[in-house]
Amino acid sequence: MTAPTTDTALMPFDDVLAAYDPALGLEVHVELNTASKMFCGCPAVFGGEPNAGVCPTCLGLPGAMPVVNGKAVESAIRIGLALNCEIAEWCRFARKNYFYPDMPKNFQTSQYDEPICFDGFMDVEVEGTTYRVEIERAHMEEDTGKSLHVGGSTGRIHGADHSLVDYNRAGIPLIEIVTRPILGAGEKAPEVAKAYVAQLRELIVALGVSEARMDQGNLRADVNLSLSPKGSGTLGTRTETKNVNSFRSVERAVRYEMQRHAAILSGGGTILQETRHWHEDTGITTSGRVKSDAEDYRYFPEPDLVPVAPSREWVEELRGTLPENPTVRRSRLQAEWGFSDLEMRDTVGAGALGLVEETIAEGAAPQAARKWWLGELARRSNEDGVDLVDLPITPADVARIQALVDEKVVNDKLARQVFEGVLAGEGTPDEVVEKRGLAVVSDDGALGAAVDNAIAANPDVADKIRDGKHAAAGALIGAVMKEMRGQADAGRVRELILEKLA
Amino acid sequence: MTEIVRSTAAALAERLAAGEVTSTELTEAHLDRIDAVDGAVHAFLHVDRDGALADAAESDARRARGEARGPLDGVPIAVKDVLTTRGLPTTCGSRILEGWIPPYDATVVTRLREAGLPILGKTNMDEFAMGSSTEHSAYGPTRNPWDLDRIPGGSGGGSAAAVAAFEAPLAIGTDTGGSIRQPGAVTGTVGVKPTYGGVSRYGLVALANSLDQAGPVTRTVLDAAMLHDVIGGHDPRDSTSIAQEWPSFTEAARAGSTGDMTGVKVGVITELAGEGWQPGVMARFQESVDLLVKAGAEVVEVSCPSFVHALAAYYLILPAEASSNLAKFDAMRFGLRVVPDGDPSAEEVMRATRDAGFGDEVKRRIILGTYALSSGYYDAYYGQAQKIRTLISRDFDAAFGSVDVLVSPTAPTTAFRLGEKLDDPMAMYLNDLATIPANLAGVPGISVPNGLADEDGLPSGFQVLAPALADDRVYRVGAALEAMYAEQWGGLLLDRAPGLETE
Amino acid sequence: MPEITRDEVAHLATLARIDLSDAELDHLAPQLSVILDSVASITGVAGDDVPPTSHAIPLTNVFREDVVVPGLTAEEALAGAPEVEEQRFSVPRILGEGA
Repeated sequence: MTAPTTDTALMPFDDVLAAYDPALGLEVHVELNTASKMFCGCPAVFGGEPNAGVCPTCLGLPGAMPVVNGKAVESAIRIGLALNCEIAEWCRFARKNYFYPDMPKNFQTSQYDEPICFDGFMDVEVEGTTYRVEIERAHMEEDTGKSLHVGGSTGRIHGADHSLVDYNRAGIPLIEIVTRPILGAGEKAPEVAKAYVAQLRELIVALGVSEARMDQGNLRADVNLSLSPKGSGTLGTRTETKNVNSFRSVERAVRYEMQRHAAILSGGGTILQETRHWHEDTGITTSGRVKSDAEDYRYFPEPDLVPVAPSREWVEELRGTLPENPTVRRSRLQAEWGFSDLEMRDTVGAGALGLVEETIAEGAAPQAARKWWLGELARRSNEDGVDLVDLPITPADVARIQALVDEKVVNDKLARQVFEGVLAGEGTPDEVVEKRGLAVVSDDGALGAAVDNAIAANPDVADKIRDGKHAAAGALIGAVMKEMRGQADAGRVRELILEKLA
Repeated sequence: MTEIVRSTAAALAERLAAGEVTSTELTEAHLDRIDAVDGAVHAFLHVDRDGALADAAESDARRARGEARGPLDGVPIAVKDVLTTRGLPTTCGSRILEGWIPPYDATVVTRLREAGLPILGKTNMDEFAMGSSTEHSAYGPTRNPWDLDRIPGGSGGGSAAAVAAFEAPLAIGTDTGGSIRQPGAVTGTVGVKPTYGGVSRYGLVALANSLDQAGPVTRTVLDAAMLHDVIGGHDPRDSTSIAQEWPSFTEAARAGSTGDMTGVKVGVITELAGEGWQPGVMARFQESVDLLVKAGAEVVEVSCPSFVHALAAYYLILPAEASSNLAKFDAMRFGLRVVPDGDPSAEEVMRATRDAGFGDEVKRRIILGTYALSSGYYDAYYGQAQKIRTLISRDFDAAFGSVDVLVSPTAPTTAFRLGEKLDDPMAMYLNDLATIPANLAGVPGISVPNGLADEDGLPSGFQVLAPALADDRVYRVGAALEAMYAEQWGGLLLDRAPGLETE
Repeated sequence: MPEITRDEVAHLATLARIDLSDAELDHLAPQLSVILDSVASITGVAGDDVPPTSHAIPLTNVFREDVVVPGLTAEEALAGAPEVEEQRFSVPRILGEGA
């Protein structure tokens, strides 16, 4: 593997589209929020004291055996139903055999040719156009442990002299959702990929089956991409880019791989079928592991588990628990909020639908909620290169800041400082106002003194106002605001000036 | 040898109940017997003198308070080293697990502890239960108490030899293709493989998960039944464990010991006879069948045509599952770690450790299983073998449609000499010809001693197979046969075994 | 007649992470060929109409309640480890990437 560099040849994006058709594929791993692990009663919580959340089963000790978590099966079925999948009448777990130190048994208990959910779809909207993403399968499996690489300079796996493994994460239930190749997205391929993952996340959140935080690794996307000569109708060799852990990165990774593939193909080269790694910092992918003949997972049915055969009654019962269909939901929300088509499209496109909804639920007016998420916060998410949902601020915080504005505790300008404080981890909006001393002053005593000073310092302006030229009050208000360092209730200042100079 | 160690477990249980003997006394007696003879027999890999005596003292205290937990409370037992024991080494007969002390008990072990049976120690076995002679133990072979130059069967040769040598009244074995029954046959002891799912596999270090089953190793059918009643029953930690109430096997054995077989239909399996079967073994088998007829059973011959493919299917399924099960022995989390020279990677350490830690037979089967599961071969081998399982189950279903139990000799030959078949894996594999079909179909089976072969004066065994869930039938028929022989011989076959006394 | 070549055994040993010596390869290959020759007798015995059996006793839907039960302490978990550092399993440097 070469060290990450940025000198890889890339073809300008528009030129890629002129010569090639992209085929996209997405594999998304969803970490379920069950209380216990997939096959044992250990807590399904990663983090905490290392190796304190393990038992003989998830540590892969000799003799230990797995037992399926019924709640995880239920979550898998609900995800499948929400993705319009068929639910298998009978399916099994299978062992995927390969050696890796963070995998306790050296096989992953997964599903192979008998996934619990298959043949579904999700309609994804990008700038007013709907793309149907076909879901090939959604299956159940278990997570691996986590390695810390010690020694070497970068903390990366390469150059490390040994690794330290914590198995707390091993055995946490995962649902892997695999799309069929997405064809025909053309220039919108990067946006379609992003929108699919964003919409999938929204669905997972609505189902309540996962925390679904991409930055926490609850939701992990692998992006498959291949190019074929324009109009050929064939599928080219694909690469699988791993570690793509934000919506934004999904879009960037697709764009990058399209440009990289095209540069290689147009130069007469061939694409290696390989795993690639996404580097968030530099915005590039680098070569991982070449898929070779040596890779042979020797799948076979897990003999320690019995088949899963969900009854049709159970499946229908679970269907009854599904959240509203996303399209229906969007129309309903748009009507409730009174958003224009454009406003709604931008909200969805920014991945802010759920955030806006929650903010409104916390008491903010729809337009105010939209304004903050798509304005101040969208700007910050772009600057910081993180998704909106991953910003360290909650919808409740946003609603509270708007309430502070409505209550005239702060004005719009000061509100931006409150956002800054909350995002910087200084505390709740109220704490930030308190600590930074941001509350506007509407107390007549303090304001009165400042108004008097302003009148004394600007006798000619005061005369104009006395003469009835009320528009001149602006200059005095400005002076008061300056003295009060912006923290004055401008409306009240105006009233006081006019009273005093009546 | 004291008279205590020659007693059956059922007799010891009665004497404990009557207050004629304490658990401490009989545990001491067995530990002393182990001290006296195990140097020659090598049935044990680890003896837990202190732990067993502490358990015995607790049992005595309980009994004194009138709180005995069951008939076998205080009767000591030996456990095959393939079941995890908290705080006691568990090696599976392998170098790769040398010194490993599990942090948890297998469910079978938990049930033994809950029932108050002091655990004497862990018994020798072919490495990871791969073998039919116990010669594949990394810690040296166990010897047959009938002739120390001969094998005690395998893989559970240690458990069978321990009860045959009166080192333990009871032992636990595990049976994947005959590892309880075949050692029973060649050591003149009783061994039972329960219905698959009848006894929990949690904590049983898997050889082939879809075939493995733990069961009793004893000197009498009644002892086996009493032990089965202790270890059997549903376990929520084992997904393949059957959730149902089981009848008392102790009662089934007692009912059988009246010797009345009236109304029982017995099928003799055509395919388990013929070339390769030792004449002396076949002669004893015929006598047993005649005895059953005499006791009132109706005997017919039944053909199970797919049984001829059982051995081949078994030697594809077992290595396939085993190759995957044994992947976890990789020097990362427990067990042996061999670090080659230089600055080796994790992968290099895994490769070196697995080369040094596994014996020849284990490597042979891992490679064979890896091959059978490889893409391109799966359908032809593993897939085909799973279909053969279906055919074998159908043969059993058809047979049990017309008979109550099926019978055959347990093993084709008596105990062979140590080293005789070590370099010929296929010859070794043939030992399990008669026992394998039961594992493939999940049905229960028992091996009961039925005499000595004329050629060599060594024990042979009689196998009784019953439909899945009908384990009570193997106890009933086994106990009947045992009772008739006891009358004929004036005791157990083991009474005729040569002494091992050094004194 | 199926036969496993020496090269094939070496490849399988790599998949199975066993460092077989030349001598081991030499004697394993012919032994495996003999075994395989015997077991190959089942090829074609059961047709497409015969379903495979993976579990002898057919059970389905065996599930646990989703409740946390106590497992091992970190000390117990690490007790058998060849090497421990910072309450984690210390393993030699890892080459390449997982699947």
